[in-house]
Amino acid sequence: MRYEAPETIDTAVSLLAGAGGDARVLAGGTDLLVQLRADMIEPELVVDVKKIQSMRTITEENGGFRIGAAVAGAELSEHPKVKAAWPGVVEAVDLIGSTQIQGRASMGGNLCNGSPAADSVPAMIAAGTMVSIAGPNGEREVPAEEIIVGPGKTSLAKGEMVTSLFLPARPARSGDAYLRFIPRTEMDIAVVGAGVSLTLDEGGTCTAARVALGAVAATPLLVQEAADALIGTKLDDAAMEALAAAASAACNPIDDKRGTKDFRIKVAGVLARRAAQIALERARGN
Amino acid sequence: MSQALRTDDMDQDLRVVGTRPVRPDGVDKVTGRAMFGADYSLPGMLVGRVLRSPHAHAIIKSIDTSKAEALPGVKAVVTRDDFQEMPSEFIPAGEMLINYRDVVRNVMAREKALYDGHAVAAVAATSVSVAKKALKLIKVDYEVLPHVIDPSEAMKPDAPVLHDHIFTDGVEPKPEKPSNVAKRVEFGMGDVEAGFASADVVVERSFKTQPVHQGYIEPHACVASVSADGQAELWCSTQGHYVVRANCARLLGMDISKIRVTASEIGGGFGGKTVVYLEPVALALSRKACHPVKMVMSREEVFRASGPTSGADIWVKMGATKDGKIVAAQTDLKYQAGAFPGSPVQPGAMCAFAPYDVENVLAVGYDVVTNRPKVAAYRAPGGPISEYAVESVVDELARKLEIDPVDFRLQNAAQQGTRAAYGPKFGPVGLVQTLEAVKNHEHYKAPLGPNQGRGVASGFWFNIGGETSVEINLSEDGTATLMSGTPDIGGSRASLAMMAAEELCIDLEKVRPLIADTSSLGYNFLTGGSRVTFSAGLATVEAAREIVKELCARAAKIWEIPEDAVEWEKGYVRPAGENAGNFEPLSVADIAKVAGKTGGPIAGYARINAQGAAPSFGTHLVDVEVDPETGRAWVTRYTVVQDAGKAIHPSYVEGQYQGGAVQGIGWAFNEEYIYDDKGCLENPGFLDYRIPVASDVPMIDTVIVEVPNPRHPYGVRGVGETPIVPPMGAIANAVSAATGIRFTELPMSPPKVLKALEEHRANGGGD
Repeated sequence: MRYEAPETIDTAVSLLAGAGGDARVLAGGTDLLVQLRADMIEPELVVDVKKIQSMRTITEENGGFRIGAAVAGAELSEHPKVKAAWPGVVEAVDLIGSTQIQGRASMGGNLCNGSPAADSVPAMIAAGTMVSIAGPNGEREVPAEEIIVGPGKTSLAKGEMVTSLFLPARPARSGDAYLRFIPRTEMDIAVVGAGVSLTLDEGGTCTAARVALGAVAATPLLVQEAADALIGTKLDDAAMEALAAAASAACNPIDDKRGTKDFRIKVAGVLARRAAQIALERARGN
Repeated sequence: MSQALRTDDMDQDLRVVGTRPVRPDGVDKVTGRAMFGADYSLPGMLVGRVLRSPHAHAIIKSIDTSKAEALPGVKAVVTRDDFQEMPSEFIPAGEMLINYRDVVRNVMAREKALYDGHAVAAVAATSVSVAKKALKLIKVDYEVLPHVIDPSEAMKPDAPVLHDHIFTDGVEPKPEKPSNVAKRVEFGMGDVEAGFASADVVVERSFKTQPVHQGYIEPHACVASVSADGQAELWCSTQGHYVVRANCARLLGMDISKIRVTASEIGGGFGGKTVVYLEPVALALSRKACHPVKMVMSREEVFRASGPTSGADIWVKMGATKDGKIVAAQTDLKYQAGAFPGSPVQPGAMCAFAPYDVENVLAVGYDVVTNRPKVAAYRAPGGPISEYAVESVVDELARKLEIDPVDFRLQNAAQQGTRAAYGPKFGPVGLVQTLEAVKNHEHYKAPLGPNQGRGVASGFWFNIGGETSVEINLSEDGTATLMSGTPDIGGSRASLAMMAAEELCIDLEKVRPLIADTSSLGYNFLTGGSRVTFSAGLATVEAAREIVKELCARAAKIWEIPEDAVEWEKGYVRPAGENAGNFEPLSVADIAKVAGKTGGPIAGYARINAQGAAPSFGTHLVDVEVDPETGRAWVTRYTVVQDAGKAIHPSYVEGQYQGGAVQGIGWAFNEEYIYDDKGCLENPGFLDYRIPVASDVPMIDTVIVEVPNPRHPYGVRGVGETPIVPPMGAIANAVSAATGIRFTELPMSPPKVLKALEEHRANGGGD
């Protein structure tokens, strides 16, 4: 196995593109090293991107935030402005692993690991995050919901890597939240995850909403019907129940060691409603 | 903070016993200096790795190791051919039985692989990567057989049979066909039919529990080194290095005294490190390779191939009169043993109704083999399973009778003189005191919030004594070295040193406690059965008193007066009265300094088979909250009350109580093995085998009740196992109180609880 730690995106891309066998990007390594040690993968090349400065920094841009793909969870949590604008996203990232893991794990890595249960992904999809990708054919930008295409699979082509994630500017009276269900309180993988982002007008009517679910299908889901249940309402009980029903209806889960199909469907609705309630309170406070 | 409730008037002026000094092994553990199983290394050491069966049940037609042996860097390969056949005979091993016929097959599969993860071959190589490559080069030809995972399924007539030689023991006449039921046991007294006929209320329920792993944080690990002339050294993480030595000698055809075993520091055992897995394999590889070999299990291997405790199908029926007297109690217990016979169904049956004074009792148990790893001991093996079911039924009986559950237990509690269904009459025991302490505890009266419920359960464990050696050597400066041979899991170095310091009237810091290797001290049975503070404590006191006797003899010699003219008082030898002579008292250090001139080194050595271990009863009180929309339940408050006899070091006793509660919380809510349809384990790791994390549990409150054991100089009872007995019943009773639903399956995981809540609501149950 070859290990490289380039200092520029271009070098990283050409290393990845030129690899003969399996090539992996190493950011925090909190998934990659586990997979290596468990003999799940045997890459020919590992490209460590932590020496690429732009991938380690958070910058303000057009009222939003560009977050380097290798920025650690702890760095994100400690950024006062991101947390104020996107508390749901930051809390979702903060759920990944323990304090020690937070010192390493990144949003970019959590997305590119391709897990349908990744905690930060429903939150970033709900937030309308745009993902910047560098590759042999230059750069492109896609919505976060287009990255994961199946368990452990992404839409990235050979030689491509995610370089940054862009959280857009927030209109007034906006709020977001992410909740997950785990049987324990910590150190677990979501059995269901739900992210909600919404904006209210001055009269308290919901003008925009995005709802995303994790661990209830082969990929994280952006659920338009669930958002539609909120838009145009004052998020009263009926709207919240409609949201829950739409979220449950969108699920296409499996029975597995972490939960049954029925359980996931029911809990997805419950969590979507609870997350929307938190997002609503945040929007009212902004 | 715990409160200690003493019920005796032992007039003892104790200086050390009962205090909370800093532990002697503490600094090494917090600085990383302590050596655990995987920390040892030797020059020229090889890496040992095990090839494991990917099938739950398969005939091993052939094993071809030739390509692995030819790989550069591979120094030895072992398979079933390297271990000799063993006769079938059950040998008592503490609280469990072992059969070497099965031990040799569990260490290395012979005719068949009997579970996913069963060891099939092992290699010793110069590096991890070579060892991994070598495992891939071993060709095993399997014929896959149908498998069975569940004990009730395994008992069906058409179930796949694991062993052709098992014809249910304990059944007359002997069955004509082999089956998966290895044994039937029965304990009872009185006439249950007549008892039930006299009952006003009868509750009858079926329960199911899942196998749960001990969850020790340190995986199995060892280093073996065999010399060219057959002298062997072994370092390993174990609860009993003498037992490891005996088992390895037997399996490898070696003299016991040719093997010296050193027990490493141990990162948890809970019963699971009382058996051998890697040790004989490492010795066999080292013998073949003529190099030291180190073997360390991964967590996945620990789950796939080391023993959990049984899962079981349980049926319980109990009857009581309307004024609250339990008149009959009956249970059927089907415990899965894993791949080889030997589940703890016997102790499970024996202790099922032990907390209660009931005239008519019948407990029948079945030991059932299944295609899972062979079970091993886990704190109070067998007890938590049967007592969970019984405590659930006791709770339901109390509710039906509209009697407070603590009062109901008090009314029926076993006391001194109560005859237990398994035979003996109890001596002084503390169940009533634990129940009274619960009743008087502020927790019992505290208000509950919405969706919360409170549960109570009691529990019992026998505790054992057994073979024990302790040596205390007095140094020239009056300090002492205390050697015991029972690996220190629960604080035995601290408690033994405290008892020695108490007896010798020297400062605790002047006693250095060590765990001796098997060649440096006489035989010790393993650390298990909650026996060490009791048994090694007895031996320590005996050894210390031998030293005191010798100190008196030496003083008499110095003073040239008869031995009976001196007396021992508070750390000094004095002339006994004015007629004995007028001499200045001599301290321990004074006498030790001149030992060379008065007869040589001063030591005490006790070799005993400790008798008089006394059982410990406990009662747990727990509050839970249930999320009605997700089915997640969690503990909001927990209080453990247990009889310790005498807490030598109360902090360690509290730690045992708290640890049992925490393990019980995992057992009750989340822990289970998940197998796929091929019988392969899907969750061999702590991510998906969910033991509690720190944030899952509240601070566990403790109350130490002290009803002294008259057979120990300080009144000690074992305390290590009873704490795991009551939690599942107490938690199930609390969940029942919170939801109005009687849960009869463990774990009470969120999908199960949510489903039950929805069915309950659909049927018009309260919300």
